[in-house]
Amino acid sequence: MSRKTIFVDSDILVIGGGMAGCGATYESRYWGRDLKIVCVEKANIERSGAVAQGLYAINCYMGMHWNENQPEDHVRYARNDLMGLVREDLGYDIARHVDATVHKFEEWGLPIMKDPKSGRYQREGKWQIMIHGESYKPIVAEAARKAATEVYNRIMVTHLLMDSKRPNRVAGAVGFNVRTGDFYVFRAKAVIVAAGGASHIFKPRAVGEGMGRTWYAPWSSASAYALPLLAGAKMTQMENRIVLTRFKDGYGPVGAYFLHLKTYTQNAYGQDYEAFWRDSIEKMVGDYVNHHPVPTCLRNHALLEEVKAGRGPIRMVTKEAFKDPHKETVGWENFLGMTIGQAVVWASQNIDPKEINPELTTSEPYVMGSHATCSGAWASGPEDYAPPEYQWGYNRMMTVEGLFGAGDTIGGTAHKFSSGSFTEGRIAAKAAVRYINDLGNDGPEVNEREYTELRKVVYQPLENYRVGRNEIVAGTVSPSYLLPLSGLQRLEKIMDEYVGGISAHYTTNEPLLTRGLELLAMLKEDLDHLGAPDLHQLQRAWELQHRFLASECVTQHTLFRQETRWPGYYYRADHPKLDDKDWHCFTLSRYDRQSGQWEMEKAPVYHIID
Amino acid sequence: MPTFVYMTNCDGCGYCVDICPSDIMHIDTTYRRAFNVEPNMCWECYSCVKACPQQAIDCRGYADFAPLGHSVRVLREEEKATVSWRIKFRDGREKNFVSPIRTTPWGSIKGPSDYAQPTSAAMRSQELAHEPETLKVEALPTLARSRFKKGLV
Ligand SMILES: Cc1cc2nc3c(=O)[nH]c(=O)nc-3n(C[C@H](O)[C@H](O)[C@H](O)COP(=O)(O)OP(=O)(O)OC[C@H]3O[C@@H](n4cnc5c(N)ncnc54)[C@H](O)[C@@H]3O)c2cc1C
Ligand code: SF4
Ligand code: SF4
Repeated sequence: MSRKTIFVDSDILVIGGGMAGCGATYESRYWGRDLKIVCVEKANIERSGAVAQGLYAINCYMGMHWNENQPEDHVRYARNDLMGLVREDLGYDIARHVDATVHKFEEWGLPIMKDPKSGRYQREGKWQIMIHGESYKPIVAEAARKAATEVYNRIMVTHLLMDSKRPNRVAGAVGFNVRTGDFYVFRAKAVIVAAGGASHIFKPRAVGEGMGRTWYAPWSSASAYALPLLAGAKMTQMENRIVLTRFKDGYGPVGAYFLHLKTYTQNAYGQDYEAFWRDSIEKMVGDYVNHHPVPTCLRNHALLEEVKAGRGPIRMVTKEAFKDPHKETVGWENFLGMTIGQAVVWASQNIDPKEINPELTTSEPYVMGSHATCSGAWASGPEDYAPPEYQWGYNRMMTVEGLFGAGDTIGGTAHKFSSGSFTEGRIAAKAAVRYINDLGNDGPEVNEREYTELRKVVYQPLENYRVGRNEIVAGTVSPSYLLPLSGLQRLEKIMDEYVGGISAHYTTNEPLLTRGLELLAMLKEDLDHLGAPDLHQLQRAWELQHRFLASECVTQHTLFRQETRWPGYYYRADHPKLDDKDWHCFTLSRYDRQSGQWEMEKAPVYHIID
Repeated sequence: MPTFVYMTNCDGCGYCVDICPSDIMHIDTTYRRAFNVEPNMCWECYSCVKACPQQAIDCRGYADFAPLGHSVRVLREEEKATVSWRIKFRDGREKNFVSPIRTTPWGSIKGPSDYAQPTSAAMRSQELAHEPETLKVEALPTLARSRFKKGLV
């Protein structure tokens, strides 16, 4: 089959048209009126990314003009929740801009609920406001489409391209069209990676047909980490995977239940268990357990210990709250607005929370940068105040020149959520425009050999299948190729058993991690033999490659940090306590594409002091 | 709940194929109608269900934990700017909900080029588009560099 090679030249290339990517596209045009701005997306930006089914809350809003919160308050909140370790310069930056983003969303037509008495946005909690967000993504996508020179849907980006003149400078990206099979070479002066987080790194609880019912979307495929890693960018806090306490099986959100509906949890015998575990937690982590609110990981830990002690299942007490018809409506609409699958689970199992207190469970771990977790790329901070060690160029530029990131892609900045991700996209875009203006005529150049070689690599799984398929009669088992699903399940099993997944009770140690790395090394070799019967499976093959690299990175980081910083997310059984003396720091990794080796280092944490 | 398509309703228009974020709604080459090619990569996000003009797509809860006999139906009406839901329990109980989805006409968002060109002073500042007005506070907050201290505090 003849596949065309299509060249697309631009000034700014935005990879991923989710929340951060749409923010980046909009802002690029505002500052770069004459620039060519291209957004490339593997799905359709109308309904792509983690917000595809909508959201029922915006979880990051200060309300500065009502004097509800100031950016510094948010920094302290995120710092406490992440057990002391966040990039406070980056977090402050998002917090000081985020209100403007949310006000714009309202102007664009996003229905934000109002408190009938005060007329202000209806608060769900201190940081959250409630929305009717079924069309959150279509609205944001409309703004991005108005801004972009071109939007390319259904193109899976596989690799970044590097400048042939300067080795540490980005020059674009390559990918393939999932419908036509054509090869795309995007040449750009600046690249903004906004490709979302990572699900299906660890084995999920749901099996078989239900495998797609992960908390984070099954299409969150770790490209946000793999693309920069392959280009030599540094990652931070990749060990800080997140585990979520959610309603059982559907992973329906609990935020509105705790904060707005005032429901609460108890063990199988109707007892409050969180207080029971407080003292033992203090022995592990010290004073961090006394922070308010109690850090997310520690609340998970109490739940896990209670279940291990044989007093499960843990239930959310909803019967009282759901007597109020308003609260009942909020409870259901909360699911219909962002996790429809939970409504289906309850309907199928006859669970009416008015009569039954539903079960909670902890999810498999996820890798992402925008929730109560902060894995992602190591980025330069804002020009006006970032400490010198956090600043080597333009805001949100990674350690590779011209390569920017936002949303789940950027590490160290927990609790940005949908609004903060969009905001960070805007921050990165303005910096990218400034970078391009400063470049003048010294733009990057793409070497033909580089993309010609990549073209061969990208389609190899189709070739592997074509050749290997002739050896066997039919079926999925071949001695010479591995289907993407088989490879994915091997990856998930290794991560689950050796790197702290559900079946290991989130526990690992040095011998397990070392063995895990050996098994990952063999899987890596086998990934050269991925076989894809069609273009759809070719997309799955590349998603798997990206997940693999992110997983290896997570494993290296978990091995490097010799402490248990976030019990409830994972445990290093050989270093069971939090150790502020040696590990009050960020962990950084860098991957060498040529040698396949990882370099690890520590970076300092700077705090805002009062 | 992975999706499935009713043979008699689908006319093969391809809207579901175009929208599915997981790229799993495909057109069957024999029947020229859509089907879910990879149910275990379905997030039950309902994007395809909402997009189908024929209401040909439905979901059946994941076989590994959802007993049969339930249904969650949706109708998204852009002109009315509402989304309506009907939840049917296995035991026959029913719940209905309607929510607004947008407060402005579709397509009405002003693009960034419709605003006055920013000044070069604005370009050099830390302000983003439409700031500080859209922040609704006088000025964009900032910090003194000296407020940052290294290590444990
Ligand atoms: C169930 C759930 C509930 C949530 N609840 C809330 C809430 O109540 N409030 C809130 O504010 N936030 C909430 N969030 C968080 C919010 O959705 C995320 O913080 C936000 O979407 C992150 O933005 P992003 O742009 O980094 O990633 P995404 O929005 O996921 O966008 C990433 C984009 O990149 C594309 N992409 C990925 N790889 C490639 C590739 N290789 N090539 C091309 N394109 C690619 C994807 O298709 C996608 O469009 C929730 C998330 C989930 C899943
Ligand atoms: S429900 Fe969502 S993931 Fe499933 S087929 Fe439809 S659009 Fe795709
Ligand atoms: S959108 Fe509906 S009618 Fe059109 S192809 Fe899909 S299932 Fe068939």
